[in-house]
Order: sequence, then C-alpha cells, then structure tokens
Amino acid sequence: MEAIREQNGCWEDVLILAIESSCDETAAAVVKNGREVLSNVIASQIALHTQFGGVVPEIASRKHMEQINQVIEKALWDAGTDLSDITAVAVTYGPGLVGALLVGVAEAKAIAYGAKKPLVGVHHIEGHVAANFITEYPAEHMDDVRCQTEQEALRPPFVCLIVSGGHSHLVIVRDYGEFEIIGRTRDDAAGEAFDKVARAVGLGYPGGPKVDKAARQGNPHAIEFPRAKVAGAPYDFSFSGLKSAVLNYINHAKMTGEEIHVSDLAASFQNAVVEVLVGHTVQAAKEYGYDKVAIAGGVASNTALREAMKKACQENGLCFHYPPPVFCTDNAAMIGAAAYYEYQKGTRHGWDLNAVPNLKLGER
Amino acid sequence: MKILGIESSSLVASAALLEDGVTVAEYTVNFRKTHSQTLLPMIDEIVRMVNFDLAQVDAIAVSGGPGSFTGLRIGSATAKGLGLALNKPLIHVPTLDAMAFNLYGAADLLCPIMDARRNQVYTGWYHYRKNLEVVKESCLITVDVLTEELNRRGEPVIFLGDGVFVYQDMLRDQMRIPYDLAPAQANRQRAASVASLGAQYFTQGKTETAGEHVPDYLRKAQAERELEEARRQGRAEELAAGHSFGTGGNW
Repeated sequence: MEAIREQNGCWEDVLILAIESSCDETAAAVVKNGREVLSNVIASQIALHTQFGGVVPEIASRKHMEQINQVIEKALWDAGTDLSDITAVAVTYGPGLVGALLVGVAEAKAIAYGAKKPLVGVHHIEGHVAANFITEYPAEHMDDVRCQTEQEALRPPFVCLIVSGGHSHLVIVRDYGEFEIIGRTRDDAAGEAFDKVARAVGLGYPGGPKVDKAARQGNPHAIEFPRAKVAGAPYDFSFSGLKSAVLNYINHAKMTGEEIHVSDLAASFQNAVVEVLVGHTVQAAKEYGYDKVAIAGGVASNTALREAMKKACQENGLCFHYPPPVFCTDNAAMIGAAAYYEYQKGTRHGWDLNAVPNLKLGER
Repeated sequence: MKILGIESSSLVASAALLEDGVTVAEYTVNFRKTHSQTLLPMIDEIVRMVNFDLAQVDAIAVSGGPGSFTGLRIGSATAKGLGLALNKPLIHVPTLDAMAFNLYGAADLLCPIMDARRNQVYTGWYHYRKNLEVVKESCLITVDVLTEELNRRGEPVIFLGDGVFVYQDMLRDQMRIPYDLAPAQANRQRAASVASLGAQYFTQGKTETAGEHVPDYLRKAQAERELEEARRQGRAEELAAGHSFGTGGNW
C-alpha cells in the first residue's frame, strides 16, 4: 500500500481522528499515516465499575457521554491539530456493548458530518491487531522501550494471537484488514478466565493485571492445572475446564482447611493459560509457514505471555512483534491505525452507520 | 437566529431547522427504526432540501430528557458532535417542556406523559400564562399517583405523549375530572417545538457548551439503585465481589 502511494506521487499525510467507546474506556487519538500516533487520550472508568465487580453497561454509556467531547478535544490539542487538518474520522462500531458503542458512533458521525470529513467505521478487534503497526508514539508511552528500539515496522502477512476479556482468536493476517481465523475459543475468552479466577481468589477486578502482579511472586509449577486441547481443532482454545480446575482446587483447599498460596495459584493458572496460547501460536506460524508473530488485545499486556512468546519465537526463529501495553488495552490509536488502511482501500461509511455489538471479524 | 432542533427521546426521531421564528423544515418519523440509523440522515436530508449550511446555525437545541436512555444518548451525542465540529453552543430543552410547547396557548393544565414502563411515567405539568409556565417539574411517578394528584388538583387536563396510549385504560378508570387527549399533530415529541422553545432559551442566554451537555435521565441505572440498596443493607462489598447486578434495561 505504501508502494501505491509512492506511485501516485500522493504523499500527502493522512491524519485520522479516531474514537473508541466499545466498553469502559472513552478514548480518542490522532494517528498519522497509520503508523505514527500524534496523540492518545484514554479516560478509564475502571475505578467506577470496580464497586460493581465488573463493567455495568448503562453506567459505562453514561460516563462516555460525560467525557467524550473533552477526550476528543484533548486528542486534537495534544496532536497540535484542529479538525480542519484531519483527513477522516474513524470510530469503533463493533463488537462491544451496544449502548457504549452508540455514543462513539453518534458522536463520530456528527463530527465527520459537521466538519465535512469522510467517516470510517472500524472493527474493534481489527483495531487491536493494527496496534502492532504503530511505530511511533508520544514519549509518555515509551515505558516499554524495547518495543521502540528492537522492532521494525510490521507488515502482513503474519500470525496474530488476539486475546482480551471478550475474545480469543488465532488469525492469519494476510493483508491489511484481511483476516483468516484459524482458531477461536470454544467457551470463555482468555481474559474472562483471568477475571473469574481473580474473583475466586479474592484479587478483585480487573482480573488480568491483578493475577499478573500476584503471579510474579509465585511458583508457576506449584500446582499442575490442565492444558486443554480441543479435539480435531488444534488451534482452538478452551478455558472453562482450566477455570473449573482452579475453582475445584480452591474448594478442595477450603474443605480440607489447607492454606491457599494466592501467588502460587495465580502463577500456576497463568502459566497454564500462557503455555496453551504460546504453543498454539508458534505451531500455527510453523505449520502455515509464516515467520512473523504478533499479539494483540488486553491480555497481550500480560508480562508472562509477552516473555514466554518472546522466548518461544526466538527458539523457533520467528520474529515477534508486540505493542506497548498502552496500545494493548482499549485505546483509540489502534483504531486510527486500522482506519488508515481502510481509508486507503476506499472504505467509507454513511451517516446511517449503526453500532453492531456482535460484529464478526472481517465483516464490513 | 438559526437553531437546529434534535429530538430522539422516545420512538420518535425528529429534526427541525428554525430560522427567525419560522420552521424552515421539520422531519419527524415515528417508526420502529433505530435512531442511530435515522437521525443524522434526517438532518442531512433537511440541510440538502433547503440548501442550508449547517455552519450557519447559532445553536443546536436538543431534547435533553427524560426518555429512553439510549435514545437520549443518540440525540445528545449527535448534538455534542455537531457542536464540537461547528464550534456552536447547545441548548438543553427538557423533553416534557418541549412537548407541552406543542400546545401553545391552551387554557387547561398540560400533562405530557411518557411511558417509563413498570406502570410509571415521566411527566411534568404546564400552564400558559403569557408564557409556558412549569407547574410541576419533570419527574418519574406511577400512573396511580399521577391520576390521584390530578384529581386532587381538580383542574381540566390535556394529556399528550406515548404514555396516553399505553395507560389510556387506567386514565379512563381513574380520572374523575374532565380531560382531553391532544390531537395527532401535537401528541408526540417534535423537533420543531424543541427548536422553538430552544430559541427562547437562547435569547435568555440559557446555553451550554457541547462538552458540558449530558442528558437528564431522571432515573438512575439499575445497578446504581441496587448498589444503594445494598449499601443500606450493609452488603456493598459482597456485591463488588459478587456480580448479581442487573445489566439490562434501556429505560
């Protein structure tokens, strides 16, 4: 696609204002040419939802309404741009919580309409994958310096593991915006398993970061939990059996009065999840013949997963790409990155764009 | 003065353009199709039909609630987005006030009622004494309480709103004072009324920034009501660890 731009002598920068409100983060970003993040603003609602033990859709939707204009204005300001500089407005239109999605979709449509800019609807998960295309970003996000220095710009094709609170997919990214799903979860998403286990051992919400932190002090081999395989589907995932095994372990310990070492349990559970995720991904890359592997989604910020995938890729001669943690969890920069390639392909949405809570990957 | 009016608090989707006391265009649809798909295309249709440059509006008036939570948010987010893009102020027009404005000049007590489900209605009472006067602020009450209070007041009433249709049997059985039902052109939300009442507010300086504007739901989210109840009973921590919160309910 870069080549096409060159041929046409069309080197005008494409600036995307991206908006994301599919769950409990109100986010906006300005992204240049799909790779360079000029600004990335995220208003998190986690503290608000913690008292309810999880995301409450109606409250998330209300909070989006309160913050969305300020978040967008800050994104424009941080990027040193105003709307007239923007090439197109992009927004997540699914999958996600319908009420939450609708706030971003209505807002983005009205901004694009009012500012006479084209509108590009983006699939939330395609956004997560596109987080791997980001090569430059504001200094405050460079907490993970290795991402910045070690990696070259990632280009398709590659194998991507997408793991979040709502999704667990193993896909082949054939081209920008072109996906082949080769594995998916049969029951719980990986992030969901983290949340449920965290809740069961009293670590609370959100489960992912809490388990990750507790596991650092624990022994990953302390308890042997099952590694689920799905018969006849080598790349599919199943986490409900593992989740049950953890719950059974806790119940058994409680009944026999045995003390539960939370950090050992967290580390052993996490290890069981990570081993399956890494094993499937590396095996897929080898079998399908790709030399590049990427990870995406909230669970991709899990330190054990990043380390294990990095090690496995090194051992198997695969090039491993991973976004900085801030672009793994929900954000709008990734939506801007995905939107760039959609925009270049000519994708434009009408003023009747609706939120699609169960939008399928690759669906337009 | 040019005001764009937006109304999506109920099943009705409506947009209107008001210019110096004249409704230049109004587009109202009362049909089962999501506002997300209809509202902005309707505004676009108006703009193209009357060759209008939306950047020329002085303000955007939006029906600010109560109503369907999702419906309100679609209207409000549309107004907020337009306000941001065009750098224009918003005018928050209470939905029930705008409905009462449909029947400007009526002598009787005006009582718009919106179905809030579970035998409850959003309502407010209004008089015309030269201007629209709010007798009872927008509130959420049961139909039983509504009819009892109106009977006690003893003043002839005109009902309007989608609640009339839903609770017509209860009104007929419980009302002991004379009442009328507003005719079709005036018995539902209309963006022309939102824009027209909004123009009065604009003249009075009653505007807000697009960033400030949020809908006035008049009803807390179900999970918030449950949390408050749990706190009263000293069970809040149990709920935070637990997860028995209701997540449904768009009203």
